[in-house]
Amino acid sequence: MENNLKKVDIIFEIDDKCTPLDVVVKTLKRPADEIILDLIDSGLKGRGGAGFPTGLKWKFARNEDSDVKYVICNADEGEPGTFKDREILDRVPEKIFTGMAICGYVVGAKEGYIYLRGEYNFLLKPLTKKLEEYNLFLKKNNIDFNIYLKSGSGAYVCGEESALFESMEGKRGEPRNKPPYPTVAGYNSKPTVINNVETLVYTTMICRIGPEKFRELGTKDSRGSKVFSVSGDTPVPGIYELELGMPLHEFVNEFGDGDVKAVQVGGASGHCVPRKKFNDTIIGFEGIPTGGSMMIFNSSRSMYNVLHDYLEFFAEESCGQCTPCRVGCQQLLKGIEAVKKGERSPAYLDDLKKLTGTMKIAAKCGLGQSVGNPFNSIIDNFREEIIY
Amino acid sequence: MLTTEALVKELVEKNGKTRNSLMPVLQGIVQKEHYLSEEALLSVARELDLSAADVYGTASFYTFLDTVPRGKNIIRVCKTITCHMKGKDEVIKVLSNALKVKVGETTHDKKFTLLTANCLGWCHKGPVMLVNDEIYPDLTPQKALEIIEEYAKEEKKA
Ligand SMILES: Cc1cc2nc3c(=O)[nH]c(=O)nc-3n(C[C@H](O)[C@H](O)[C@H](O)COP(=O)(O)O)c2cc1C
Ligand code: SF4
Ligand code: FES
Repeated sequence: MENNLKKVDIIFEIDDKCTPLDVVVKTLKRPADEIILDLIDSGLKGRGGAGFPTGLKWKFARNEDSDVKYVICNADEGEPGTFKDREILDRVPEKIFTGMAICGYVVGAKEGYIYLRGEYNFLLKPLTKKLEEYNLFLKKNNIDFNIYLKSGSGAYVCGEESALFESMEGKRGEPRNKPPYPTVAGYNSKPTVINNVETLVYTTMICRIGPEKFRELGTKDSRGSKVFSVSGDTPVPGIYELELGMPLHEFVNEFGDGDVKAVQVGGASGHCVPRKKFNDTIIGFEGIPTGGSMMIFNSSRSMYNVLHDYLEFFAEESCGQCTPCRVGCQQLLKGIEAVKKGERSPAYLDDLKKLTGTMKIAAKCGLGQSVGNPFNSIIDNFREEIIY
Repeated sequence: MLTTEALVKELVEKNGKTRNSLMPVLQGIVQKEHYLSEEALLSVARELDLSAADVYGTASFYTFLDTVPRGKNIIRVCKTITCHMKGKDEVIKVLSNALKVKVGETTHDKKFTLLTANCLGWCHKGPVMLVNDEIYPDLTPQKALEIIEEYAKEEKKA
């Protein structure tokens, strides 16, 4: 079968002639505004899920007037089906540190923090050692930036940026109201740039290869490449860096087991795409965006079980701070159980869909707002499996 | 072994006497004592000059900051979708039988606590479990048993 999937090697590439240490030293000789322009020019958007243009984020933080600013690397990777950040942290940590140091220079921050999820505590030791070496290197080169490591304690919602700040401040990981946005008031209420692990590595690499090379990859709305975490019913589960903007059917041709019924794009909070829509679904910001999670389900899987797992996940991980999400997640879960048991009529599913509409408007953070994504896409495409 | 109070003092010393140190201090206690006792929480509140309710509020939010006694070794089997599809139920079943505890319980000798967790970030190698901070991917029920036996043995030696 014809195959157009373009594999890319930017994130994990090792180049001894130009190491991340070389990149930081070289880049910091350039004017900060020029670096921002390069990032904007590259079209890089955040790889943590929300897809905010990285160059703009840095520019906003740079424009804030404050003596103290922070750079934070979001390594809380908790979205079910995502495991690429762990691999990046393990294999090319210096590229992350370099992205942070460049960001610190650009926005005027002297401290950087990596917030590592508690489930990845086995990485603490190797990362601490590499950080010590890196911090020493910065100091020797008279670069006034120091990176610290913080760990989480098993709460998915702490990946949400403002909940992450709360957690770092020793509080419950409850998301804040926005605005103010982090670039205005983030950690310790100071201007803060928070970026995903992968985003930071791309900033390093754009500084090295130039924005043009990055722009050449992907599509108009989704520039560059992205690391995908592929799991589920596939003969080749794992981590792949691919060009953005690919049609889903090409992805399925390459990674499916020949019997793919649906792909969950973007993790539990993403969208479920059924086979009949593979041909006209684009993976990218113009179609279905993803933090990288691609879960493949073949025809032996019950989509009721899939949805049930997701809802259980959200009911457990909701921080409980706002009613639409706290009660909503529980009611959705109870609701599909009741329909399955025949205690409720199938039409009740439509009431539940309306509830997700309310949650989208009334929930305080992205967790509650996005529960409708998996819910509606599974109910709409696999309604009979939920009922019978 | 340090008394709880001495441990808290040491952790506060190391991390700094500010609210921002609360997480690392609580994490440090759990590392040593496996859970946060009332004594530990009160002692942290005193040392960081916070109300006990505030400290408990933070602690109780986080899955890994247990406020009930746990075993020396904490097993967390991933229960999220991919691991579910790849057989986490069988893994939990053999562990539960071997340790004679249900999920959420601790063995009588306080050596093991059996828990489940949400996605651990190893979905391409499911089913997986954490034992304390160590990760064990590509599990089969047999492999899971062998791993736990190793921990039980080490325990005897210690
Ligand atoms: C419930 C929830 C969980 C999140 N978890 C993560 C995460 O684990 N890692 C991450 O990078 N972003 C996560 N995000 C997105 C962050 O809030 C934030 O947008 C991101 O870190 C920004 O970085 P980027 O611009 O580089 O993508 C999460 C958002 C929500 C609402
Ligand atoms: S939407 Fe859910 S997770 Fe977000 S603040 Fe509200 S209750 Fe907490
Ligand atoms: S689903 Fe088990 S590690 Fe992700």
